[in-house]
Amino acid sequence: MPKDGSLPTSLGRPGRGKPKPVEPSHGPDREPRNGGPARGLNEPAPDAGDKPIGRRAVLTILGLGALGIAFGERVQNGITGLLTPLRSSGLANLLPGGGSFVLYTVTGGYPAPPPDYHLTVDGMVDRPLKLSVADLEALPATRLTRNFQCVTGWVVDDVHWAGVRLTDLARHAGASSRATAFWFTSFDTVYTESLSMEQAEQSGAIVAYSMLGAPVAREHGGPVRLYVPGMFGYKSIKWLSGITLTDQLQLGYWELNGYPVNAWIAGHPPSSFRHPPQIRDPQ
Amino acid sequence: MTADGGERTGLLARFDRVERAVHWTNAGLFAVLVLTGAALYLTPLIALVGRRELVERIHLYAGIALPVPLILALSGSWGQALRRDIRRFNRWSQADRRWLRVMFQEQPRRSRSRAQLRTGKFNAGQKLNAAFTAGGGLVMLASGLLLRWYRPFPLDWRAGATFVHNWLALAFVVVITGHVLMALADRDALKAMLFGRISRSWARRHAPAWLDELDEQAVDEAEELAAAATGPSSRPGSGAAD
Repeated sequence: MPKDGSLPTSLGRPGRGKPKPVEPSHGPDREPRNGGPARGLNEPAPDAGDKPIGRRAVLTILGLGALGIAFGERVQNGITGLLTPLRSSGLANLLPGGGSFVLYTVTGGYPAPPPDYHLTVDGMVDRPLKLSVADLEALPATRLTRNFQCVTGWVVDDVHWAGVRLTDLARHAGASSRATAFWFTSFDTVYTESLSMEQAEQSGAIVAYSMLGAPVAREHGGPVRLYVPGMFGYKSIKWLSGITLTDQLQLGYWELNGYPVNAWIAGHPPSSFRHPPQIRDPQ
Repeated sequence: MTADGGERTGLLARFDRVERAVHWTNAGLFAVLVLTGAALYLTPLIALVGRRELVERIHLYAGIALPVPLILALSGSWGQALRRDIRRFNRWSQADRRWLRVMFQEQPRRSRSRAQLRTGKFNAGQKLNAAFTAGGGLVMLASGLLLRWYRPFPLDWRAGATFVHNWLALAFVVVITGHVLMALADRDALKAMLFGRISRSWARRHAPAWLDELDEQAVDEAEELAAAATGPSSRPGSGAAD
């Protein structure tokens, strides 16, 4: 059989290990060529006796994928650490976890602020406020340089933030001593968030009008957004338009969509934060 | 039925209509996934494209649709050639294992060694690509669905799924870019995926064992035809006469 060049070793075909059942051929019974299995059109290729490596490779990939989903968060954190020194090159920014923002929105797009944009502060306060960006900028500013970490696994290091501390703003509005929580609304009309008074104090959350060294860009939630240091990014509501002081913490948009009410990033919950205040589900 | 025309025209049937339809539907869906994925993921593009909800929805539907052509193709008798090629992808001959080793050789020697290998219809690189695409595609689908419907699962699975989905997407872009570049470098192979046929000389160079297989098959069929001509009553319904 000169044409069959498959390697003449003991490893060759007819079915090493368990022999494959040979399909009956369509033709008349005749002696199969070169002792191999008879071949009909439906039968496997002539190398059918060889190793099913393709299937093993597929199963291995599936297993790795499952491991990746279960433990990927930790691996990604390690990779992000490795990429940090490369970040200034710009190249690392293209890699997953390489320190770029993913710009989420909970509506169809990035909403434009209304022309007469104002931030309202109301609820359990003596002096409800209606503040333009300029009004906010005139208040005592707080500047921070902190990570922004998303619950989905990406993190951006050393983001510059500037704004007014949330607790300062509450004081400025004359918050009642009975107010125990903040309720935030967005001019995208969908996104909502909340913080307890305690969380606001412990995190040092700010109402930010500057981010990355510039006014907060529209896709980052400008002109004004919240930034809550030490908590996952979904707490830092974008396109902030309303702050209401209440005596009961409510669940915001992402908590209602399954995200933890306790949004502290591992290592961040200050030791004093042990008993989250009572939650009232707005539904 | 397929191989016989080759003797006259010098062309061999490599991919049938169903296989080509699956390939190009997948290619189109993959392009949609890459473009929408980039618009969801790369920071400068995100802001440029906007309309995140719409882009997300297109990405989701394209991803869910991706396995559909393959499932349809495999769900009937029309998928015979595809099923056969999938079996070929699964099985690794010794020539395939040797092919991988040869790839690590220095260049002049590599070409010589490769020419001596009795490679079948697909070489080891194509088999690896098939396994990666099948396994990786399923992982992309699973992690993608988990990103969309994360609520029943622990939250760190969502971060894990993001990790898997992002890095594997990057791997897919690299692998498919390589796939496209190699197709552009071998126009005959590309034409085989477009029109289904390929030359004998190509098969002799790249898939000699497959060429032998086709020739043997043609001989078998000729023998069958001859047998049918002498004793037609012995094989009911062979249909070989036309």
